[in-house]
Amino acid sequence: MSELLLTPEHRYAKVINERRNEDGSELSILNLGPTHPATHGIFQNILLMDGERILDAEPTIGYIHRAFEKIAENRPFYQITPLTDRMNYCSSPINNMAWWMTVEKLLNIEVPKRAQYLRVIVMELARIADHIICNSILGVDTGAYTGFLYVFQFREKIYEIYEEICGARLTTNMGRIGGFEREWSEEAFRKLNVFLEEFPPVWKEFENLFERNRIFIDRTVNVGPITAEKAMQYGFTGPNLRAAGIDYDVRVAQPYSSYEDFDFIVPVGKSGDTYDRFCVRNAEVWESLSIIRQALEKLPEGPYHADVPDYYLPPKEDVYNNMESLIYHFKIVMGEVPVPVAEIYHPVEGGNGELGFYLITDGSRTPYRLHFRRPCFIYYQAYPEMIKGALLSDAIVILSSLNVIAGELDA
Amino acid sequence: MALENTQIQDKLSETFGESVMHFRQEGDMFTFDVAADKITSVILFLKNDETLNFHFLTDLCGIHYPDSDVNEQFAVVYHLHNWIENKRIRIKSFLSGENPEIKTISNIFLSANWMERETYDFYGINFAGHPQLKRILNMDEMVSFPMRKEFPMEDSGRTDKDDRFFGRTPSNC
Repeated sequence: MSELLLTPEHRYAKVINERRNEDGSELSILNLGPTHPATHGIFQNILLMDGERILDAEPTIGYIHRAFEKIAENRPFYQITPLTDRMNYCSSPINNMAWWMTVEKLLNIEVPKRAQYLRVIVMELARIADHIICNSILGVDTGAYTGFLYVFQFREKIYEIYEEICGARLTTNMGRIGGFEREWSEEAFRKLNVFLEEFPPVWKEFENLFERNRIFIDRTVNVGPITAEKAMQYGFTGPNLRAAGIDYDVRVAQPYSSYEDFDFIVPVGKSGDTYDRFCVRNAEVWESLSIIRQALEKLPEGPYHADVPDYYLPPKEDVYNNMESLIYHFKIVMGEVPVPVAEIYHPVEGGNGELGFYLITDGSRTPYRLHFRRPCFIYYQAYPEMIKGALLSDAIVILSSLNVIAGELDA
Repeated sequence: MALENTQIQDKLSETFGESVMHFRQEGDMFTFDVAADKITSVILFLKNDETLNFHFLTDLCGIHYPDSDVNEQFAVVYHLHNWIENKRIRIKSFLSGENPEIKTISNIFLSANWMERETYDFYGINFAGHPQLKRILNMDEMVSFPMRKEFPMEDSGRTDKDDRFFGRTPSNC
């Protein structure tokens, strides 16, 4: 046994010493990660292996912990969005919007319908981007590179739309308290329409490549299954829970940002295995596309932000030319705005499940306490149990299909 | 029939008496406090009772209130959710500032395991009976609990920032 890897008092050491095979071979330890190209992020698992088979796993997390909760206690509200970007960086707009909605709930701000619809559009785009990454990388991990190449350019297209909306691509820092910082440009809508036209056939092709593919099915069906009861016990939410057969979706259970105005179904799987997770995400992309189309169709005219001068930064030209705007600008930047004393919890359906912000304020300009309910962090603890008895190559596929995002895991 | 707050309150008061207190509506969530020594039985009751059926632990986290009375300097907050009635509740349990300790609920909800480890990691709240209570996000060698309010975020020796000019007070930075 390698003493470099484990201390003698480690629980694996005992198992290895007790269990020797008849031919004299012994169980081995494999250090998977933290920086392994197949884990797509910084995940370390110390595996106890019997040949190719995994007997036990011990995950270590926190490699990219950046103390966001502590930093958030020292930042005014409008400076917290950049922190939320960096949690689930595959779908940062969802995190941004979730944060603004939390603050708006705290301050009782009514957001205009148009801004709500625009938010829905950008959140669904983010969900598509998130699922594109998860599903295409799952393909790569099972040995099918082609699908990844087909769909990945569309993530780029989505990022271009973000760029038109807010100027940034990955860590978007999009929006303001009460809506958006600017009206969406015509170019943004044009790009969105082009995306809605070009993406569906490619996604259909992607599905055709995988869903009835013999190799893919062999690699994923019955790999890492989890029952509905176990999934609930482990705090699963989002596509991973729905793959196990429970139709819990925050967008339906507790609609926010006018989700109640749209028709969509919540796709569910049955067995909770890797294949079901893949299929649920595929189906969700179609639902997201349909939501975006409905939102574009019904998009009302009106302001793109709420009329809340106390919290919404005025346009720069007004700050230079208008006394009132200058005062508001100064007050907001210096943190002299009124904040109620309250405790609120706001959940949204993130790319991976229920993303919640638990915000406690004490009347000062910063949160007294801000806790992020990060879906990845909560369901990743089921991983050791899910890979028990699986092959090493399955462990990679299971991790991929869970779509654990390191930034969200470690916050 | 939707699950009413009064129904939850009546059931809990009936079963646990004085240990469950301060029922209140905080924002859009029904909230109450539970004495720390009763937390496991209350949560188990909420989970297993047929009408209440709070079967999902949404969130668990700690809070530090250094200015409060010494017996209430830490709080552990539980968010429970009943998906069938779509009802959320928040439970708070206050702990002593000197030796914060509470029983684990990781045997009731498996998902509490890491959330309790996280709370221990950041606040030093001891979850009695937890199968593996060690640091999770910070490194094992760390001796302090960084989310406690007295833990400074920045190097206190910095002279290039004068907080008086930035609307900061000792309480918010």
